[in-house]
Amino acid sequence: MRIEIEIERSNPAEGQPARFETFRVEVPRHITVLDTLIKLKNEVDGSITFRRSCRSAICGSCAMRINGRSGLACDTLVEDELHRFGHLRVQPLAHMPVMRDLAVDMQPFWNRVEAVNPWVETAPEREPAWPVERETLMDQAAVDEMDDTSKCIMCMACFSACEVSDVDTRFLGPAALAKAYRVVADPRDERKQERLTALNEVGGYWDCTRCNQCVQACPKDVKPMEAIVHLRREAINAGLTNTAGSRHITEFIKIVRSEGRLNEGRMPLKMVLSDPKKLLSVLPLAVDMLRHGKLPSPIHPPIPRVKEVRRIMDKKAK
Amino acid sequence: MKLKYAYYTGCAAKGVCPELDQATQAVARALDIELIELTAASCCGAGVIGELEYDTQLAMNARNLAMAEQLGLNMMTICGTCQGVISRANVALQHTATRDRINQGLIGNGGIYKGTTGVLHLLWVLVKEFGLARLEQAVTHPLTGLRVGPFYGCYILRPSEYLGFDDPYNPRSLEGVIRALGAEPVDYSGRTKCCGFPIVLENESNAMKMVGAHLLEAKGNGADCLVTPCPLCHMNLDLYQGKAEQEMHRKIGLPILHLPQLVGLALGLGPEALGLRRNMVDAMQLAADVGAT
Ligand code: SF4
Ligand code: SF4
Ligand code: FES
Repeated sequence: MRIEIEIERSNPAEGQPARFETFRVEVPRHITVLDTLIKLKNEVDGSITFRRSCRSAICGSCAMRINGRSGLACDTLVEDELHRFGHLRVQPLAHMPVMRDLAVDMQPFWNRVEAVNPWVETAPEREPAWPVERETLMDQAAVDEMDDTSKCIMCMACFSACEVSDVDTRFLGPAALAKAYRVVADPRDERKQERLTALNEVGGYWDCTRCNQCVQACPKDVKPMEAIVHLRREAINAGLTNTAGSRHITEFIKIVRSEGRLNEGRMPLKMVLSDPKKLLSVLPLAVDMLRHGKLPSPIHPPIPRVKEVRRIMDKKAK
Repeated sequence: MKLKYAYYTGCAAKGVCPELDQATQAVARALDIELIELTAASCCGAGVIGELEYDTQLAMNARNLAMAEQLGLNMMTICGTCQGVISRANVALQHTATRDRINQGLIGNGGIYKGTTGVLHLLWVLVKEFGLARLEQAVTHPLTGLRVGPFYGCYILRPSEYLGFDDPYNPRSLEGVIRALGAEPVDYSGRTKCCGFPIVLENESNAMKMVGAHLLEAKGNGADCLVTPCPLCHMNLDLYQGKAEQEMHRKIGLPILHLPQLVGLALGLGPEALGLRRNMVDAMQLAADVGAT
């Protein structure tokens, strides 16, 4: 089939800003986006720059934005893209500086992964709890818990897709936090509390907006957002309850337990009462809401049969 | 055959967004869709309860689904977030072992869940069950010339493995509805993005940057208003729009309609019936412009 592919080309070192260049090429029907790029590089323009190695969704080198979606070029069929979007447009991954064409400088990604110390550590002051000279046996449940996050091939697709990373460069992002959970969940690691405490800060697990972009983008089903949710749960269960994020969850649960329903008149109240600065900042908004009949009364009758809901919720607490 | 659903309002439509419930009921009446409200249904957990207590959230939704099942009806939601959470719960509850475990906690309540109920958002009902051709025929006041930016919100699109409706990267259902109403959909990249609502209480500035970016992009591409199937998106885009304007140092002033509000305008329902006065960013002018009185 004869196709058209638009490639975002740039060469910042030589002062060439990004622009789209369109190539028309005859390709076999089931060709991947990566093989199309390789064909173009070999036959048409040797200067087209991109990373690749395995061509089979293993090495994680060839991630790029394909019609806006961050994913592996070797794992994406040209025909599918044309069918879905009617066109084929490739761009470098987001959130990292472009070196040339589709190749980005990966350092911002690696900095984030390194920041979580992604290796199992023992408490420094003593010998490891497990015998280092032998293999360590783990039970299946522990392995299952780490399984998703162990599958990461560091392709950076999730980081490129991450919506908080669009607006905040301090956020560690999905892959790094998934790695962090990989280690927190590892029964051999002896620095859990330290890790959870370090990531309880700005840029850590509370900054995720749960947009699911990383879950959708990941070619290896790592589900980074689920790992972030697990980190939050571990943090609350480990007593790290001093953040707005953890208060949000625990207050939400309390309100639903009492009324069967979330009352948005009470939720922000609970959040701002702990912080007078916040209270002042929401006051004008509250007045405006009142004017539009949008301020729900903080006192609400519970739903019928609320006892059933309480029973379900209390069962867990036991 | 008359369409009939077990109507799950979710919390927002009973709290901050009563206009969503009101507009839904008005549109359903106009389209002759029968809604039996699940008045004893609880919060779906919004993914928030599940962050700490996954099984509790699952059990709450098994209870909600069981109520629809007992009526012999599929459930209709009007909130993208509820849809995401309940769809996912329903997929999990298809596994017999999971369902049995969760049902243990429901014994003594109104009943257990057998796993036979479908869950559809109003948007999906319109596209799949009511049908866009029929909707087009029902339109009495076509929204000719109105340029509408669709804002899907995360949970009605992602993770798509639990939803199985729209293409998460190139959804078409809202565009289909907008066209059926005689209006014109506006394309912009923010249409599939996150509104930032889940972090608005934790990190308002990041959330407002997200809102601001999407609103300005849509406006730049010519949108007269946005339409959303999620009341939580609606809160961030509408209620917080003033804050987003502060964050972006720009006046934006883009009306944000709930899905049934937009549909209602094309069915000739007035601003009163659709609760348009409650929208924080003025939508009354827009209603007047399309001839709604
Ligand atoms: S869910 Fe969180 S980590 Fe994943 S892409 Fe969204 S904001 Fe980023
Ligand atoms: S989590 Fe998935 S998308 Fe992210 S780097 Fe790892 S393999 Fe790639
Ligand atoms: S080339 Fe190795 S993952 Fe695509």
